[in-house]
Amino acid sequence: MLIRLRVNGEWREADVWPGSSLLFALREELGLPGSKNACEQGECGSCTVWLDGELVCSCLVLAAQAHERTVRTVESLSEGDRLHPVQEAFLEAGAVQCGFCTPGLVVAVTDLLERDPSPDELAVREALAGNLCRCTGYAKIVDAVGLAAERRREGAW
Amino acid sequence: MSTQLRERVRGVVGESAPRIDGVPKVKGTFAYGSDLWHERMLWGATLRSPHPHARIRRIEVGDAVAAPGVHAVLTADDVPGKKLYGLEFADTPVLAWDRVLYAGQPVAIVAAETPELARRAVARIVVEYEVLPAVTDMERALDPAAPKLHEWGNVLRHVRIEHGDPDAEAEVWVEGYYETAMQDQAPLGPEAGLAIPAEDGGVDLIVSTQWLHVDRQQIAPCLGLPEEKVRLTLAGVGGAFGSREDLHMQIHACLLALYTNRPVKMSYDRRESFLAHVHRHPSRIWMRTGASREGKLVNVRARLLIDGGAFASSSPAVIGNATTFAAGPYEVPNALIEGTAVYTNNPPCGAMRGFGAPQVCFAHEAQMDRLARELGIDPIELRLMNAVHTGSVLPTGQVVRGSAPVREVIELARSASLPPEPEPPPMRHPMTLPGGAGNVGRGEGLRRGVGFAVGYKNIAYSEGFDDFHQARVTLAAGPGGPVVEVHSAGVECGQGFSTVLAQVARTELGVDRVTLHAADTQLDSAGSTSASRQTLMGGGAVQLACAAVRQELFDRARSRVGVTGALSLADGWVLAEGVRAVEIADLLETPITATRTFHHRRTTPLDERGQGDVHVMFAFAAQRAVVEVDVELGLVRVVQVVSAIDAGRAINPQAVEGQSEGGTAQGLGLAVMEELQLRDGVIANASFTDYLIPTILDMPPVRTEIVEVPEPDVPFGAKGVGEHATIVSTAAIVAAIRDATGRELNRAPVRPDDVVGLRLPASSASWPPAPDVPGQEPLPAYHGVARGQSALTQSS
Repeated sequence: MLIRLRVNGEWREADVWPGSSLLFALREELGLPGSKNACEQGECGSCTVWLDGELVCSCLVLAAQAHERTVRTVESLSEGDRLHPVQEAFLEAGAVQCGFCTPGLVVAVTDLLERDPSPDELAVREALAGNLCRCTGYAKIVDAVGLAAERRREGAW
Repeated sequence: MSTQLRERVRGVVGESAPRIDGVPKVKGTFAYGSDLWHERMLWGATLRSPHPHARIRRIEVGDAVAAPGVHAVLTADDVPGKKLYGLEFADTPVLAWDRVLYAGQPVAIVAAETPELARRAVARIVVEYEVLPAVTDMERALDPAAPKLHEWGNVLRHVRIEHGDPDAEAEVWVEGYYETAMQDQAPLGPEAGLAIPAEDGGVDLIVSTQWLHVDRQQIAPCLGLPEEKVRLTLAGVGGAFGSREDLHMQIHACLLALYTNRPVKMSYDRRESFLAHVHRHPSRIWMRTGASREGKLVNVRARLLIDGGAFASSSPAVIGNATTFAAGPYEVPNALIEGTAVYTNNPPCGAMRGFGAPQVCFAHEAQMDRLARELGIDPIELRLMNAVHTGSVLPTGQVVRGSAPVREVIELARSASLPPEPEPPPMRHPMTLPGGAGNVGRGEGLRRGVGFAVGYKNIAYSEGFDDFHQARVTLAAGPGGPVVEVHSAGVECGQGFSTVLAQVARTELGVDRVTLHAADTQLDSAGSTSASRQTLMGGGAVQLACAAVRQELFDRARSRVGVTGALSLADGWVLAEGVRAVEIADLLETPITATRTFHHRRTTPLDERGQGDVHVMFAFAAQRAVVEVDVELGLVRVVQVVSAIDAGRAINPQAVEGQSEGGTAQGLGLAVMEELQLRDGVIANASFTDYLIPTILDMPPVRTEIVEVPEPDVPFGAKGVGEHATIVSTAAIVAAIRDATGRELNRAPVRPDDVVGLRLPASSASWPPAPDVPGQEPLPAYHGVARGQSALTQSS
């Protein structure tokens, strides 16, 4: 079936099997493999994207459900060599190891800080409880959120 | 010659240099195995056995072949070369014929136009099985009356270490029995790769793995191809932790690609990932520890059993490690330690972070706590009193030659300040209570406990194995100044190994711009990214290659510019007697390349008494864990972990912390939540919905203390740091729960039932008998089974 959706500001069309997830359509049909496929049942958050401005696990959304809607993925955050402040904070804090969870976390943290520029640590942990990371033990991810929040308060974005 | 003042080279050894692969990872452009794509590619899928033990009566593929979009359906009959492969021994079928030995074993493979069509075709394959009695209990496997998995029986390896006088009497004895569960590595990146048929009849495979060359060594004979026609390139690795040491989709994708003459991608979903890779061995450990009244250890007697599952994988090396480390990092003059790895019809187990050491640490540290209680001595004092040091003799007779800062890690973990007592429950945010996110408790029955553990393990491969690492370094002129390219087949799994190589190159050559060539089989082997070995081995190889490049640079400086005296490199310059003489860039009209191979010092196999110089070097760790337990609901919250890591030298302190924190998370998982649940040999929780790994809400602050006592005679004095925290954190956290509850808790993970006393401690009637074996070698070795990785030798 043919679907039409606005991805990262651009209207795109994709011919998908009706059972395809939005994640599969993004990765395999639309050339956007930044969203990752780690559990495909909504447990790990590696595929997190915005659908009409709301965070979703794109593995749990049918591609067809995104028809005529707006999707924003991790690929929208950087422009060429210019990284988003959240991406910079992840690098500085050492919050990246294998990196497979990173795109989903970067999206989730950006969403959190766009809503709340000064979350306390408990709010950070609650907001990121749906994003699994197997490498870092999360400590440096918490540090990265603090760093990014500081920069947001300073007006970095 | 430019006179522009260059800035000091940044990102050298000892600094927290930024990750060399960091930018693409945060942008989402880093290409993992599952991201690979080719415009003509087909998708592969695998049919796996639902039974732990069955005879295959018939396989009918006609319906699958006729299904829409299907290009190939292959079974064991279609394997053109050898039909068996294996990491240490070739006992594992590429595709099962005759019998299946575990639930999840591959039986047939399919290539189709889309993943969905491939999955549907798999469902159309008919296999007629005759279900056979399965051996799913590791003690039962030792029973001579049990069904035999292999012609040489169910014993894979039996290791016996006899040290001093094993019958030596002690004034005080404590005895315990311990169990640890089957744990999954659960890397977030699934097993995946892309096989592309080549015009020369060979195949190019891009794959997420841990050791390209040993993969190739296993793949090529099964394809019936010479090794040079099987070329591997590393795809991005989304974590490994041991799970990618054994082959997964490699041979299958190559078979399908060669058969269809189309590129074939295989990428497992999470369920298949759980079925397709090896796991951490479940263990049963019986231990008696004898000491003098003053607290000096006199004798350790231990019996270890680990469940290797259906095939050998790396179980022979794991039981070697577990047995040699079973007495802990303590001086023990007398010991009898026997360890057995058995075959069962359970899923195969093999490498996972710690490689046998976390299981024995769980036992020897519980024994130390028991002994301290029995003697009325402070448990940390007891550990200090018996800690090994440089010069100590281990139960294998091996003398600890290198750095052994055991007292230092213990003191640092002990002396960190304890977290403040929490506010009473009505004042506390419910999220901070045990089980807080579930909003289940009000904090009525809270008790705090503190636990401690010390442990150790080897760095690099042991028992005579020469796991060398080759690297090539090229120094060339670039538009913005000299550039170093580092080429090695070493695998970056996420831990930061490739950044370490860049730091070494910057340090050795005084050049800040370093690029990495893709890891591939164009060069010789780099050995596995496991056993905490790549900082030592890869760092060593790059250091050697840089030294050769530097020598050529000095020769050019002397012959072309006429500099004299003692030369050195710093910040883009050749220095003569410490003074800037010529810019490196001005000596690079042609690039300089050097290829060098690093070997660690040779070790020896275990002799008939289990004695030998078996390990290259040792790394030590200590942790103190503080937990809060709701003793009414059985819920545990880990409040704080202090993690003292013996790094030798921290090449990248931020990355060392990352290993400490991440390793602690995996140890915490085994302490309180992670267990692959088997029902008659079948994994019952093969998903992230049912197999829980720690979330950000489960993880406490981890305070890492890095101890730097350089290891002599190795590059920069650095030890690997990949496994330290995982070895000790399960033991420390469960000890803290014991402290909080007063319960025995001799099984990891601790479940709510254990905490509230609804489930009794694990028990065992008696120590299992030692099997009758010809010697310390793995049994397949006595039966002429082809070797896997141990036959890998340096080709250049």
